[in-house]
Order: sequence, then C-alpha cells, then structure tokens
Amino acid sequence: MMRLNPKYIPLLATAVVLLAVFFTGSLLYPNFGTPRVIVNLLGDNAFVGVAAVGESFVILSGGIDLSVGSMVAFVGILIARLLQAGCDPFLAMGIAVCIGTAAGAVMGCLIQFFEMPPFLVTLAGLFCLRGLGFVIRPESIGIDHPFYAEVLPQLSILVAPKAVLPFTAMCFLGSVVIGSFVAGFTRFGRYVYAIGSNENSARLMGVPIARTKITTYALAGFFSAFGGVVSTFYMQSGNPASFVGLELDAIAAVVIGGTQLTGGVGYVPGTLMGILILGLIQTIITFNGTLNSWWTKIVIGGLLLVFIVLQKLISRRAAQPV
Amino acid sequence: MIDWVSDLFFWIVFGAILFSLRRQRIFWTVGALALLLLFNQFFTPGFFHIQLLDGHFYGSRIDVLNQGAKVMLLSLGMVLVIATGGVDLSVGAVMAISAAVSSRMLVTEHQPAGLAIAIALVISVLAGAWNGLLVAGVGIQPIIATLVLMVAGRGVAQLVTEGQIINFLDPTMVYLGNGHLFALPFTLTLVLVMLMLTLFLVRRTALGLFIESVGDNDEASRYSGINAKRVKFFVYTFSGLCAGLAGLVACSNIKSADANNIGLYLELDAILAVVVGGTALQGGRFYLVGAVVGALFIQTLTTTLYARNVSSDISPVPKALVIIAVCLFESELFRGRVAQVFRSLGRILKPLSSRIPQKFFAAARHDAPKP
Repeated sequence: MMRLNPKYIPLLATAVVLLAVFFTGSLLYPNFGTPRVIVNLLGDNAFVGVAAVGESFVILSGGIDLSVGSMVAFVGILIARLLQAGCDPFLAMGIAVCIGTAAGAVMGCLIQFFEMPPFLVTLAGLFCLRGLGFVIRPESIGIDHPFYAEVLPQLSILVAPKAVLPFTAMCFLGSVVIGSFVAGFTRFGRYVYAIGSNENSARLMGVPIARTKITTYALAGFFSAFGGVVSTFYMQSGNPASFVGLELDAIAAVVIGGTQLTGGVGYVPGTLMGILILGLIQTIITFNGTLNSWWTKIVIGGLLLVFIVLQKLISRRAAQPV
Repeated sequence: MIDWVSDLFFWIVFGAILFSLRRQRIFWTVGALALLLLFNQFFTPGFFHIQLLDGHFYGSRIDVLNQGAKVMLLSLGMVLVIATGGVDLSVGAVMAISAAVSSRMLVTEHQPAGLAIAIALVISVLAGAWNGLLVAGVGIQPIIATLVLMVAGRGVAQLVTEGQIINFLDPTMVYLGNGHLFALPFTLTLVLVMLMLTLFLVRRTALGLFIESVGDNDEASRYSGINAKRVKFFVYTFSGLCAGLAGLVACSNIKSADANNIGLYLELDAILAVVVGGTALQGGRFYLVGAVVGALFIQTLTTTLYARNVSSDISPVPKALVIIAVCLFESELFRGRVAQVFRSLGRILKPLSSRIPQKFFAAARHDAPKP
C-alpha cells in the first residue's frame, strides 16, 4: 500500500468533511444532491471564494489580510458609481481592480519596509476602505447597465438538466485554477511557501523577500478587488455597508481548507473545498428551515477548532523523529 | 467666564501630569491626547463646555469618559494578553455573550439583577478560560485559538437570546451603564476600580514580571521556573472577565441585548488602544495606564469627529490614518529613515529613542528565528 505523505493529511481531511457534509445533506433532503444545488453553491459563494484565494496566498506567506470585506464592498460601490456616471463597464472593472491591487501593494510596502505587523496594517486598510466606500456614496446603488442586465445572464452554461452554471461560478473556478497554478508551479509560489515556512532561512537562500511579500499583498488586493467585481455580478448593485466580516469567512475557509495560519503549509484547492463546506452548511440550514442562522456560526466555529487541533496533532507528530 | 476658568484649571492640571511623565514611555500617548484636546479647545466650539444638570456633570469630555469605558475595560485585559505575546480576538463576541446571558436571566428567567450579573460574569470568565485552555493547554497560536470563539461566540449569544433583542428596565442593570456616582458616570468608577485592581495584581505582586518575561521569551522563563502555561491561562481568563464587564456596560447603555451588534469590532479598538498605549504586539514590556489612555485617545478622536459633524460612516478613515501614523512612529526603521533624510531632525529623535528600553526594538525585529 502506498504510504500517504503527511503533508496531504489536512487536505484529505477537508475532502472527507466536504463529502460527509454533502452526503448528510443528500440523505436528509431528497432534492439536496442535485447538480442544481451544486452549481448554486458555487455561484452564491463566488465572491467570498475569489477573495479567499487571495487570502490563501497571504496566509501561506505567514501574514494575514483583514481588509478583504471592506475591499469587496468598496469595489462594489466604486463600480456601481462609475457605471452610474456613464462609464464603460470594462473600464470601471479595470479601474476598480487596479485600485484594489495598488491598495494591497501599499499595505505590503508598509509591512515590508517598516516591519509593521500585518495585523495592524491590514486593520487600517479595513477601516480606510470601509470609510472610503461611504465617501463614494453612503447608500446602495443599483446597477442597470445593459451589460449586467442582458449580456451576463447569457454567459452562463447549462451543465446538466435544470442546472445552469452562472458566470460568477466560472470566475470563482477560474480564480482557483489560476491561484493553484501560481502557488504550485511558479517561482513566485515557491518563494511564498519558503517565506511562510521560515523567513530567515528564505532570506539566506536568496529569496527576494521584499519583492515577494509586496507582490503577495498586491495579489491578495487583486483577488479581493476581483471578488468585489464578482459581487456586483451577483448582487447587481453596490453597497458600502455590505460584507461586514467577510474577511472572517475567507480566513475560516482557508483554515478549514487545510492551510496553516502559521504559514508555509497548505494548498489553494483546499480553499475551494473550505468555501464549499461553509456554503453546504448554510444550504443545509436553509433546507432544514427550522434551524436558525446562528447555528451556522457555531458549526463553523466548531469546524475551525477541529481543523486547528488536527493540524496541531499532525505537526507535533511530524516534529518527532520516527 | 466660569468655563474659561475651568478650562485653564484643566490645562494646568493636564500640563502638570504631562510634565511629570516626560521621561516615561506613556508621555507620547498622553501627549497625543493633549494635542487632540488642544485642537478641540480652539477649533471645536462647545467641546469643552461642561454643565451641571440635576447634580450630574454633562459635556463632551464626560461623554468621552462614559463612552470610552467599554474599550478601557477591554484594553485592561487585552494589554496583559498582548504582553504575553498573544492577542484575544474574541472579546467582542464575549461581550455579546455576557450581554445575552444577563438579559436572558433578567427578563426571560425573572432572576434578580445581582444574580444575572454574577452568572454573566462567570460565563465570561469561562469563555476566557476556554481561550486560555486552547492557547496554554493545547498550544495553539493565540490569533487562531481566539478566532474560534470570535466566530462561534456571536452564534452562542444569539442562541441564548433566541435571536431576539431583549429589552430590560431593571434599575440595577440600567444603573450600570447610565447611572451617576459622585456627579460623574458610574462607568468611570467601574473603570477606575478595575484599573486599581489590575495595577495591584501586576505591579504589587510578581505576576507582572512573570507576564513580561513570558512575553519576552516563554521558553527561557519556563527554564527559570515560571509556569508559563499558568501565566498565559490567567491572562486569557482575565481578558474574559474584562470583556464580560464591558458587555454588561454595553447592554446597559442601550437597555437591551442585541447579540448581533454588541461589541462588534471592539476587539480591534481594544488592540488599537493597547498599541497606541505603547505596548508592542510582539509582547514583553507592557503599559497598563498607557492602554487606558490609548482607549481614551481613540474615544476622544471618535467624539471629536462626531462633534465636527463627520458622518459615523466616514470616521473609520481618520482612525485608519492614526493607526498607521502611530505604528510608523513605533517602528524603529521608520524613525531611522526619517533621521537619515533629515539629519537635524535625527539629532532630536536619537536621544528620544534611547529613552525607550532597547528590548522594545529587539522584539520588533523579524530576524529572530521562529521557534
């Protein structure tokens, strides 16, 4: 029998939990295990998922990004405002993503050049972007541009009878594929893992720390901003007060996906599974109808605990000489 | 006329305090607060106005003390946690739990207010102990260990209130956040008592030394005979108690328990207060009074913005800029670069930085190998 590499155990555990949750749902409710539920799951959680891909990189590098929720809301209201002013939708999305990437890069520079804790810098980013969203427009703006009303619905694909894969889901899956490729198969990805494992030895190995770290935060800003773009596809509006606490969902998904918050260990596809687990729990609670929404938080907290303790056990076992 | 005299008296006292602190780390925090107040003295009309109504003082400065009580209470627990090199993200959620439990005991279970408060505090202490167990017992990174309760805690609070906003009119509970003692808000007395208690615990017993040594290097403190695990367990439990008290004040302020919104984002304010107060996030040396002054600084900033008609939605932006400015000035590298650019300024900055313990910078460096 092939021996399982211990580094894949958290990922495998996530997959087992995902299947267990899915089959529990399917056994409990007759219409649960249909393709339609699965495509909706991907579509409804797309913007969190896209942002969580960026968060994975930051966490892999040993940092943390708290500005995700504010960034998604900020980009949403920015795009809605630009469209209201008669801007071309692609130009608006381009501007929004550029601003998001630049904001991430600025946070990365502060963290790298002044050795400030990522926690505080991205906390400042959280406050700043949330406030700037309100500066643009303090209330929700609906989007009625023809691109959103007419072109977007046609971009969805019929994958199975009665199951239409929405465009948001495709953006999500695309982000996961790109993120997995960058993390696993590029030099930059290896650098991120190296810095997350041990920044000191990475520096001694000749890894360009400053460039990699700033790029990591810029990349997280890019994915968060892209998550904001996807959120406008999904909500058809922009609201500066929305998505409070989204960063917690993103961080939870990354951790449940088997990535260690200490950095250096984890895989981007795990984040996809983490998002699906969070989404499935919500779907089960919706299907049940009698359970209240607060159970979602309690179950997510419990799952977080299980995964953290599991990782602790694995790393403790790996540290012991065999 | 009376206002003019009282302002002068205020500034003389404040100036004397500032002068007496000139050689201490906390000088910078109090100085920042003084600058903010000085700005208000000249540019925010009515900010310094204080009047006596029904035997109680009212005014913007009193509001700052009253509204800042929650973050001041939280920062007392948070500063000890941060001193051990950890962080407690769950205080906001624990506040919600404490508010939910006390209101439920009071309204749904018809218990007397004293019992309701006691049970809420016991449960908050248990919540803190749970964090302590995860951090000290299981050995999980503090930021993750407390994240669990931060996510699940609000759900538990909603479970307790059954998703309702519980309103109460019990005089004892309402007094906690709205009452007056010695013509000043009762919350001020509560904060002072807790501050004295904490100061006694950490400065009159060896506990403070243990906490700083664990924050500096928990491995070394363990070898020198300090039970690092027990110290860590204590600080998280204490933080739970502080959060429970803050939760009671918060729900008493609005005479209802809203599990969704009580304490939302206050963990961030508390961490900010500790950092503004001069304690580094890496742990080690901590400044208890500094954290309380930091909390006052944040509340003064918020009240200033409201007094100047800045929308509460936009007020996070200046707050963010202040965080960045404070952190930049605590960064040795930043001061070094500024000193490089302005040599003359460097001459002023250099003697200042030598006043701060050298360890403060040593801990800020990332060169130290990870354990």
